[in-house]
Amino acid sequence: MCLAIPGKIIEISAENPDTAVVDVVSVRRKVDLGLLQDDRPQPGDWVLIHVGFAMSKISEQDAHDQMQTLRILGEAEAAMQEVEGYGLPDASDSDPN
Amino acid sequence: MKFVDEFREPELVRRTAEEIRRLADPHRHYRLMEVCGGHTHAIYRFGLKDLLPDNIELIHGPGCPVCVLPMGRIDDGLALAMDPNVIFAAFGDMMRVPGASGSPLEHKARGMDVRIVYSPSDALKLARLNPDRHVMFFAIGFETTAPSTALTLMRAKAESIHNFSVFCNHVTIIPAIRAILDSPDMRLDAFIGPGHVSTVIGCRPYEWIVKNEHKPIVVSGFEPLDMLQSIVMLLHQLKKGEARVENQYKRVVPWEGNRAALRAMAEVFQLRPYFEWRGLGFISQSALRVRDEYAEWDAERRFEVPGVRVTDPKAAQCGEVLKGVLKPHQCKLFSRECTPEHPIGALMVSSEGSCAAYYNYEHRKTAMVNIQSSTA
Repeated sequence: MCLAIPGKIIEISAENPDTAVVDVVSVRRKVDLGLLQDDRPQPGDWVLIHVGFAMSKISEQDAHDQMQTLRILGEAEAAMQEVEGYGLPDASDSDPN
Repeated sequence: MKFVDEFREPELVRRTAEEIRRLADPHRHYRLMEVCGGHTHAIYRFGLKDLLPDNIELIHGPGCPVCVLPMGRIDDGLALAMDPNVIFAAFGDMMRVPGASGSPLEHKARGMDVRIVYSPSDALKLARLNPDRHVMFFAIGFETTAPSTALTLMRAKAESIHNFSVFCNHVTIIPAIRAILDSPDMRLDAFIGPGHVSTVIGCRPYEWIVKNEHKPIVVSGFEPLDMLQSIVMLLHQLKKGEARVENQYKRVVPWEGNRAALRAMAEVFQLRPYFEWRGLGFISQSALRVRDEYAEWDAERRFEVPGVRVTDPKAAQCGEVLKGVLKPHQCKLFSRECTPEHPIGALMVSSEGSCAAYYNYEHRKTAMVNIQSSTA
C-alpha cells in the first residue's frame, strides 16, 4: 500500500533500540526503527509507518491530518487491520509486547 | 461538490480549485500523469476530477507494484511454494491476484500453506516460529517497501536464520517513468510525483525528467488540498514554459531522501539487467534482485524458478491501462468479465490498481446516475 500510517512512539525497546512500541489510535504494536537510525525518534514523537517500519518523523498535527485522510479515503479500516496484524498476534507467540 | 465539505480546509480547497480554473489556458489541453497508485485512488475517492476544468486530463501511471507484475511471476512464486514444507507469505494485497492457475488464495483453498503478513519482519518471525518449515516471502513494492525487505534480510543474516528466503519482485519507479515517456503513444505535459516513494529516494532522481524531457514534476501529498496545490504549481511552471522538480509534500519528503533506507537497499540489492513489466515490456535496470552476499536468502537461488512467461488473456487490456493509453472503463472487459469479485488482472484487485479505483467510485456513481435517470 502506498499510504503510510501515523503512530506515536510509546517506548523504545531496552534490548533493541531498533524496535519500538507505537500507538496507532490506541492499538499498540512493535515497529522497526531501522530506517530512522540516522535520526532516531524518541517516545512522544510521531512517525509514519509502512509495512511495520517507521519511514519518517512527522508532527503531531500532520499525524492527525494523515489519519483523517486515511478515513476519508476509506483506508482507515485497512490501515488498522494492518497495524493489528503486526507481530503476528494469531501465531503461537501471541504476546504483542 | 458534497465531498468537499468532508475535506480538511474546504474553503481553501474551493479557492485552490478556482485558482486552477484561472490558471488553466482555455486553448490548451493539459495531460498530467499521476504516477503513484495511491494518488489514482485519491483522485477517484475525492472526486477530484469534478473540481478540475475539462481541459485538464489526469492520466494514470503505472505506480501499482502488484499490477505491473506479469502473471508469470505470480505463478513462479506459487511454484516455489508447492513443496509442502514451504510456507508462502505475502501481503494481503497479493492474495487475490490472478496467476495462470489461480490466485494465492485459491491455492490456499487447494491446500497450499499461504499466510498473510503485514510486514516482511513478520515473515521472518514466521520462520523463527516454524524452524522445521521454510518461509518464502513474496516481496513486492517500489522503493517505499524495498528498504524494509532489505533490513529484514540483514536481520536474517545477522541472526543466521536459514529457513527463510525472499522472492524479490521489487521494482523501481524512475525507469517506469522513463519507459512511459519513451512510449510513442503517450503525450504528457507534466507529472504529479509519488509521495511515499520520494520519502526514500528524495527529489533528486526526478531531475533527469526536467532536464532531458523538459517536463515539470511536483512531488505531492495525498490530501485533496495537496493534489490541487500540486496542480497549481504545475500550471504555473507550464504557463512560464519552465520545467523544474518541486516538492509540495515537504512535511514528509526530504529532498535528499532517507539515507539509511538507501544504504540498506544498496547493501542487500542490486539492479537486474532487465525485468519484464506488464504493459511496458522489458525495461533495463528497473527491478531489484538479491546480491550474492545474501544469495542464501534469495528464493530464486535456493529454488528452481520455472520462469515461464504468461501472457494476459487476449481480450484483457491491462497493459494499455497501466501505460495510461486507455482509461479503465475503456477496456473491453471492464465491469463485464472483469470485476473486483472476479478479477482478470491485478488492476481490478490491488488497492492501488486504477481499475479497482475506477470501479469502486466512478463506475458506481455512473451506474447510480443511470438508474436514477431511467426510473425518473
